[in-house]
Amino acid sequence: MNDPLALRVSGLTKAYTSGGAKVPVLEGVSFSMQRGETLALVGESGSGKSTVLHLIAGLDRPCAGSIEISGVEVAGMSDADSAAMRRGTVGLVFQQFNLIPSLTVAGNIAFHARLSGRNDPDRNGELAARLGLEDHLGKYPETLSGGQQQRVAIARTLACRPALILADEPTGNLDEATADRVLDLLLDTARDAGAAVLMVTHSARHAGRMNRQLTLSRGRIVQGRAGEAPDQRQPA
Amino acid sequence: MMASGMSALMSHWWRNPWQLLTLIAGLALATALWSGVQAINAEARASYAAASDVLGGGDLARLSRVDGRSLSTDEYTTLRRSGWLVSPVMQGILEAQGTEFVLTGIEPLTWPGASPGAETGSAAVPGGLLGEEAAVLAHPDDAALLSDIDAPVRADTGRTRGRLLADIALAERLLEGRGRIDYLIVSPDQPRGIPDLPEAYRISVPENTTDISRLTRSFHLNLTAFGLLSFAVGIFIVYGATGLAFEQRRAVFRTLRALGLPLSRLMLLVTAELGLFALVAGAAGVALGYLIAAALLPDVAATLRGLYGAEITGQLTLRWSWWISGLAMAVAGTAVAAVAALIRLARMPLLSFNHPRAMSLQAAGTQHILLLVACAFCAGGLMISWLADGLVAGFGLLAGLLLGAALCLPVVLSAVLRLAETRAGGAVAQWFWADSRQQLPGLSMALMALLLAMAANIGVSTMVSSFRLTFTGYLDQRLSSELYLRVNSDAQVIEMMPFLVSNADAVLPVVSADAREGGLPAEIFGLRDHQTYRDNWPLLEARADVWDQLAAGNGALINEQLARRQNLVPGDTLSGGDVVLGIYSDYGNPAGQIVISEALFTSRYPGATARQFGLRTDRPDALAAALQERFDLPADALINQQDLKAFSLSVFDRTFSVTAALNVLTLSVAGLAILISLLTLAAMRLPQLAPVWALGMTRRQLAGLELIRAVSLAVLTGLLAVPLGLLLAWVLLAVVNVEAFGWRLPMFLFPADMLRLGALTLIVAFLAALWPAVRLARMPPQTLLRVFSNER
Repeated sequence: MNDPLALRVSGLTKAYTSGGAKVPVLEGVSFSMQRGETLALVGESGSGKSTVLHLIAGLDRPCAGSIEISGVEVAGMSDADSAAMRRGTVGLVFQQFNLIPSLTVAGNIAFHARLSGRNDPDRNGELAARLGLEDHLGKYPETLSGGQQQRVAIARTLACRPALILADEPTGNLDEATADRVLDLLLDTARDAGAAVLMVTHSARHAGRMNRQLTLSRGRIVQGRAGEAPDQRQPA
Repeated sequence: MMASGMSALMSHWWRNPWQLLTLIAGLALATALWSGVQAINAEARASYAAASDVLGGGDLARLSRVDGRSLSTDEYTTLRRSGWLVSPVMQGILEAQGTEFVLTGIEPLTWPGASPGAETGSAAVPGGLLGEEAAVLAHPDDAALLSDIDAPVRADTGRTRGRLLADIALAERLLEGRGRIDYLIVSPDQPRGIPDLPEAYRISVPENTTDISRLTRSFHLNLTAFGLLSFAVGIFIVYGATGLAFEQRRAVFRTLRALGLPLSRLMLLVTAELGLFALVAGAAGVALGYLIAAALLPDVAATLRGLYGAEITGQLTLRWSWWISGLAMAVAGTAVAAVAALIRLARMPLLSFNHPRAMSLQAAGTQHILLLVACAFCAGGLMISWLADGLVAGFGLLAGLLLGAALCLPVVLSAVLRLAETRAGGAVAQWFWADSRQQLPGLSMALMALLLAMAANIGVSTMVSSFRLTFTGYLDQRLSSELYLRVNSDAQVIEMMPFLVSNADAVLPVVSADAREGGLPAEIFGLRDHQTYRDNWPLLEARADVWDQLAAGNGALINEQLARRQNLVPGDTLSGGDVVLGIYSDYGNPAGQIVISEALFTSRYPGATARQFGLRTDRPDALAAALQERFDLPADALINQQDLKAFSLSVFDRTFSVTAALNVLTLSVAGLAILISLLTLAAMRLPQLAPVWALGMTRRQLAGLELIRAVSLAVLTGLLAVPLGLLLAWVLLAVVNVEAFGWRLPMFLFPADMLRLGALTLIVAFLAALWPAVRLARMPPQTLLRVFSNER
């Protein structure tokens, strides 16, 4: 846990089998992130951006390569260990279907923290207030707008104090103004919590707000440096 | 446009074959159970009709022995010589190639009013029974099965399936009857001046004969009710399947309409699609129903034989009327099940969208309507029971209560799950209960089906078990003598009596005569005053000094059937002037009975003599052996109490085997409903499960929770089914049974049976949930990730 790196990815390779043929998705992807760093992963559709996030989150398994989160190798973990890692170390924000439809906003915000055993109702309240959700705590997700739903997802992610936030196009479904507000909230609250943020995005403007950018094309990193230091936005 | 629209609609089913199977299977099963029961009923009715035609002389008076034994050829000859125009009939079961046939032997030359071919009333004797061409006449379908019997067989389209007709001489040979005559048909045109009928005989005129159709009506009504219940269970499945298909196809409907397909055409297409499914499933259901009926018919035949002595054959004829009624029921059932979905389609806004809680939200909005409809059903049932009479009242009450309770189920379960959610401690537990509540609309139809099936199981098995317990106790009371002796003649009685008196502890004669009470036939018995009766007779109500009063000839005991039919209580007076001293239970007997003292009986019926005796002894086997050795008695002359009890209980158990089979079938249908609902829901569940998986639960954990959820919902449904089942049992015992059989049974609780049913239900629910759970546990991560995929 004393590793200064929040994430180290080395030689990550992934292929799927389709119609009997092997289709490569990622080929030897390597990069790292320091604690508190924000990194944008960009590239055309089908370049493998989301697959990188899924592999890091332990939602899928790589064919080869290594993934270390806070110094712990996660690539070869069992299903149960991966799940435990997601409960404790990683926070996830997706573009859609982030929330649990059967739980209220308050239930959704607390859910991940309760799963990880770090539930703090006061912190949940603070996060809800900061993200402008205090009036919606008793509502169910389908009654919220897209922007409100993403704010709930961010609050839920931050409520369990993850070391690494993985965000897969969290603003992809939102209009520009709302997307900007949501991204501000994500980056600000992550910075305050000291969490690193790895975000997949198609938006060059949003990518430009991150410490660094990596561009993926056909499963390979084609632009950006693998281990750049965070800029001044990162807390000391 | 229509073809393209239909193609788009149908594509849903090709991509969701399980859902299509749900719809077809639910409808086919519903139709199968319904048409199977109708097939059994139709076959039984045909048998009764056949029994009432010339073969049984249903319209003609019958002459038989008072003691119930068969007549000998000598007795027949004596009666003919004395001037009585009677004709002998012999009946029995003939087995050929594993199939049972009822063979009736008649004597064509003496048959009332006619030579062969002529008619008297409904009695028409076909030709081909006598002379060189004499043969067994059989339905053409049966004739092929009779090739092995030792007699010529002739196909006769006038015969009913399963029933054979032959000359009595031929029948005697085939049945090895050795001169036995079951009864004599009495010609309506008797000559003047014939002597009185000897006292050993009695004539049952048509209005006095036991009307099998009337007696068995209640049984067939019971079967019909069970068939309707099963149909309702199936229709719940169809309702669920069409509702789910509607939810899943919301986007297709919206797209079709957005592309220019008018709503009216879309509704027409959906209706045509459902009509097609109804016809396919209906045809499959009728065919399946035929198989079910064929499998159950032997048990039904045993039931009818055991309860009423009605003979029906264990064969089935495929009738066009079943096909038509089965298909009509399938189409009608589909229409009922689909009407809600069609209304929703008609009212669906063009820009409606689908979200994961759509069904849940809609269900929440309609909960109060559901409650109102449920209350209306319950009130309707109570109203029918109050306003109507007889079995209609009983079954109306049952239908109202069952449907009302079923409709209440989602509301009650939702409240319980909400309570559990608020009380849950952990995050997973809270999500589990919340998610269960959200799943409820998709599962509610299957759970309603389970509730009905379980309640029917509890109700019917409580009734049968209560009946069995009461019946066993009743047998212990009524069969209190250790041995029962039946002798052939008064001379033999006189010969045996000294031996009996000196060797048995007590000799209790059974003497009876025909009587009428309240315009209906009844049987009157003379009872010897003995401690055996005082200790054991199953009295339901009685005056304090009932036995002393009876012995003094101051009144009579009557059976429960007569008391209920005539609305009699102790203290009332019978039409013959006897005061009712007490009422006793008399299960299994449809007719009224009156018991008076032996002395009073002898004074009223001086010619009647006892030919049957109950013998009290400490050594029944030794006494039986001594009697048989000394008097050369036939094997059936002496019956051991234990054998008689065992026989009675075996008849009882066989009688209700058809009910047990229907119970299992209904529960299986409900289990299938859960399985199919869960499989159908599985695809819709992914957006609900994927976030939980992504937040740190494994697929195996989620699959385990899915299993626990199915079992928990089954447990909750089961808990609600217990009071409903007991209520059903009470109605069956206190209302339906009294109307159907004329007696009321006490209700007993059988917790072990209920626990067994509960365990069976849990196993059914577990097995139903197992496959979807295993599929979830083994689901590739990519399938779950597709939920979040930006390029879905």
